[in-house]
Amino acid sequence: MADISIKGLHKTYPGSTELATNNVSLDVAEGEFMVLLGPSGCGKTTLLRMVAGLDFPDEGSISIGGRDVTYLPPQDRNLSMVFQSYAVFPHRMVRTNIAFGLMMKKVPREEIERKVRWAADLLQLSPYLDRYPAQLSGGQRQRVAVARAIVMDADVLLMDEPLSNLDALLRLDFRAELKKIVQQLGSTTLYVTHDQVEAMSLSDRVAVMKKGQIAQLGSPLTVYEEPADRFVGGFIGSPPMNFLDGRITQQGALEVAGQNTEAPEFLARAAARTGGSPVMVGIRAENIAIAERGTEGSLDAVVEVVEPLGHATLLTVDLGGQTVKVQVPSTVRVSSGDKVGLRFDPAALRFFDTETQLGLTA
Amino acid sequence: MAAPDAPAAARPQLPPARPKGRPPRRSGNSAALLLIAPSIVFMTLLFGWPMVSGILQAFGGPEGLTTANFSRMVQDPYFWSSVGNTLLLIVVMIPIQFVLALAMALLIRAKPRGSSAYFYIWAIPLAVSDLAAGLVWLTVFTDRGYLNSLLASFGLDPVSWLAYDNYPSMFGAVLIAEVWRATSLVFVIVVAGLQSIPKDYEEAAGVFGANFWSRLWHVTLPLLRPSLQTALILRTILAFQTFAVALALTGQNFPLVVGETYRWYTGLQDPNVASALALVVMAVSMVTAVGYLKLLRDQSEAPR
Ligand SMILES: Nc1ncnc2c1ncn2[C@@H]1O[C@H](COP(=O)(O)OP(=O)(O)OP(=O)(O)O)[C@@H](O)[C@H]1O
Ligand SMILES: [Mg+2]
Repeated sequence: MADISIKGLHKTYPGSTELATNNVSLDVAEGEFMVLLGPSGCGKTTLLRMVAGLDFPDEGSISIGGRDVTYLPPQDRNLSMVFQSYAVFPHRMVRTNIAFGLMMKKVPREEIERKVRWAADLLQLSPYLDRYPAQLSGGQRQRVAVARAIVMDADVLLMDEPLSNLDALLRLDFRAELKKIVQQLGSTTLYVTHDQVEAMSLSDRVAVMKKGQIAQLGSPLTVYEEPADRFVGGFIGSPPMNFLDGRITQQGALEVAGQNTEAPEFLARAAARTGGSPVMVGIRAENIAIAERGTEGSLDAVVEVVEPLGHATLLTVDLGGQTVKVQVPSTVRVSSGDKVGLRFDPAALRFFDTETQLGLTA
Repeated sequence: MAAPDAPAAARPQLPPARPKGRPPRRSGNSAALLLIAPSIVFMTLLFGWPMVSGILQAFGGPEGLTTANFSRMVQDPYFWSSVGNTLLLIVVMIPIQFVLALAMALLIRAKPRGSSAYFYIWAIPLAVSDLAAGLVWLTVFTDRGYLNSLLASFGLDPVSWLAYDNYPSMFGAVLIAEVWRATSLVFVIVVAGLQSIPKDYEEAAGVFGANFWSRLWHVTLPLLRPSLQTALILRTILAFQTFAVALALTGQNFPLVVGETYRWYTGLQDPNVASALALVVMAVSMVTAVGYLKLLRDQSEAPR
């Protein structure tokens, strides 16, 4: 088992001027489950490919288990990988696809058979073992790719959106299974996903990437509750965090849409010195409550759209010209056009610099 | 099926209530027939007719149909040696050509500096006619050719490479010339085949611990099978027809089957036996092609 240490990785693809990864440094502890999360094209696959040895960085280094592997070919790194494109061999049956890595390692035949059966059972592939990939559905092919990776017992497991093509129910199932398997194997895991629920539920830590850089690295809850900048807050969560233009007045109040509420200490103190400053306020939909209009500490707003989601109701609310998403329990009865008051949970308020978009903390 | 804006003329009697997705049989067939008519005419005139007349000629004699031409063919002292030479050439040459072509194609796939230049250089022999290639190599192997000058410059005695009593060196010369001339065909086909295989598969094999040779054996070659099959069929059939290179290099000293056809037709002025020989070459080529197709059938395609 091995830890991964990535230092200052720069990579530009030939023929492109943009950096696919820009000075990425990341340490993944032994046995840790690290999720890479980020919008399409931000360099997640590129990073994974460099860890796998399929591409070499222009600058920087990668070591696995203390051994510098930056320019080592993939077969000498003892890792296994689920490719975003699956890369399931079309000329081999499911059985021999799953067994491929074990056959390369010259594992005894009975052992291979046992492991293939185990993985096929786990991923519900047993009925298809004697089929060719062309005879499988997309989701089944993806599961073959996952099975091929997990039978390896590799030190490092790289997974590039391994559940992207499964239906919601199956994905929920496999998410839990995968977590269990990876814990059993104890592999150090780098896992790429677009799905933030997946990221939150699986990971020990999340690295949110943006344009080839790591925007924030932290535990799933930290990343969710305390986004380092506006991008992270806007990317994670469904609906994403609300961002409102506000001001801290010299008197130490937070002014949003011409109405005042309480501002946190550290900002009030700074504002008293500078004579007030604009600030961007971030708050998640579930941290806003609906109150009677005019109650103490609430902001006047008008409901525009009501979307019942089942477990909750999502409101789109107009707050002095700014649109705010609010999530309320489904028992709350409101309809569009209602004049309501909004009450922000003061502990959940986040503040961002209007220029750098970086989070402001005490 | 038929696009909504398909010209109405293509299916004139289409009844309005016809269930969708089933094109009207009759009119579809006649349209298709009309479309392939020109090629049918061409094939009949340029291919079918000469073949039929060739077959008739092969079995033709002064008193109607006969197999006498075939017995004359077989009794000719050169016949069996030409068959032996042709087979030996094929058996030795084709593996060499495939290994070479594959190595060159893989080298290009690895994209070293100037790989596109290599491609064009290696493809050049494709454009050289076989007789010209034979003459070029004659300047190398002839008694006062480049090879002997080279030997002389090292102070070695010259060798009569193409002498009729030096069979191994004669065979070697024909082999080298043919390998030089015809490997590029295999090479071009293999390069095209390799380009159609996504790199993912090899990459995946590498990640799962396969070294270069296992990747080649377990992944690249099986995926390349359709291209290899095409190249093998083409190359073998063409190898049965090897002729001008051997003629230019050795004259009659290294007879090949198609060379015999030529000799019967022009030298011995007997078109009937020449046709019989040509027929044998055709039959052997067809049997080989079918054999390859059967032998190399892609199992992952079969059950689909
Ligand atoms: N082979 C390549 N040649 C040139 N540019 C590339 C190549 N592969 C990726 N890129 C570019 O590098 C950037 C990062 O790509 P990458 O595949 O790492 O994104 P990603 O985060 O995996 O995206 P997705 O979530 O859509 O898979 C993109 O801008 C992409 O266009
Ligand atoms: Mg990707």
